[in-house]
Amino acid sequence: MQLADLVFYLLALLTVGSAAVVAFSRNVVYAAFSLMGTFLGAAGLYVFLAADFVAVVQVLIYVGGILVLMVFAVMLTHRIEDVQVSNRSVGTLPALLVVGAGAAILGYAVVTTPWRTAEPVPAEATTRIIGDLFLGDYLLPFELASVVLLAALIGAVSLSRKELRRE
Amino acid sequence: MIGLTHYLFVALLVFALGLFCVLTRRNSLGILMGIELILNAANINYLAFARFGPATYDGQIVAIFVIMLAAAEAVVGLAIVLGIYQTFHSIDVEATETLRG
Repeated sequence: MQLADLVFYLLALLTVGSAAVVAFSRNVVYAAFSLMGTFLGAAGLYVFLAADFVAVVQVLIYVGGILVLMVFAVMLTHRIEDVQVSNRSVGTLPALLVVGAGAAILGYAVVTTPWRTAEPVPAEATTRIIGDLFLGDYLLPFELASVVLLAALIGAVSLSRKELRRE
Repeated sequence: MIGLTHYLFVALLVFALGLFCVLTRRNSLGILMGIELILNAANINYLAFARFGPATYDGQIVAIFVIMLAAAEAVVGLAIVLGIYQTFHSIDVEATETLRG
């Protein structure tokens, strides 16, 4: 087995194992921290897929932004003594049946579909190409994305501020 | 040799775990974490198809848009969770039943 294959399997194990902890842990703090393993493992897989810029964006935004927000929300919404049993699950068996059946169908589709794969081109630095595409072919979605982010920012502020209404 | 199906299977497992998380959790933060898992699985698929398909970068662009939308969704979702906590003093989704008809 080549070294690259070994690293791939380790990254896949990190991603899936951390996702399993997120899905099954009884403690929401453990779930939040093991989400970091999933995000970092996925970033490593992106590097394997020759997507260096996306991998860096993943680490910056997911690990640096979303995960910190999640941990903040966990800390803000739980009294510390509740943390032990704070993340209960209900309906585990029916959910396992549904998810297992869906995963089996998807896995069957993955195995049996004759994917038209091309031989991967040698990896190159993608930052310049992605920048050109964002300011060229994808200019309208790019600008719309900035409007969406502004709307999300204003929405979050107006949802979470205290009402200052004169009674 | 690591091929397309390897990545698809990793994404499939992450998606299944995320769906399980969304279906069974009663903690609204747990549900948001499941949604993040599902979005990550979608991203792995996009990048795998971008790598092993025809040599274009459209898949990477879409992955960046997915990450952007996940950030917006997480911000608004967590603001809603904090609002629910201030009103109900719990973020258990079964405690917030006052909208039930």
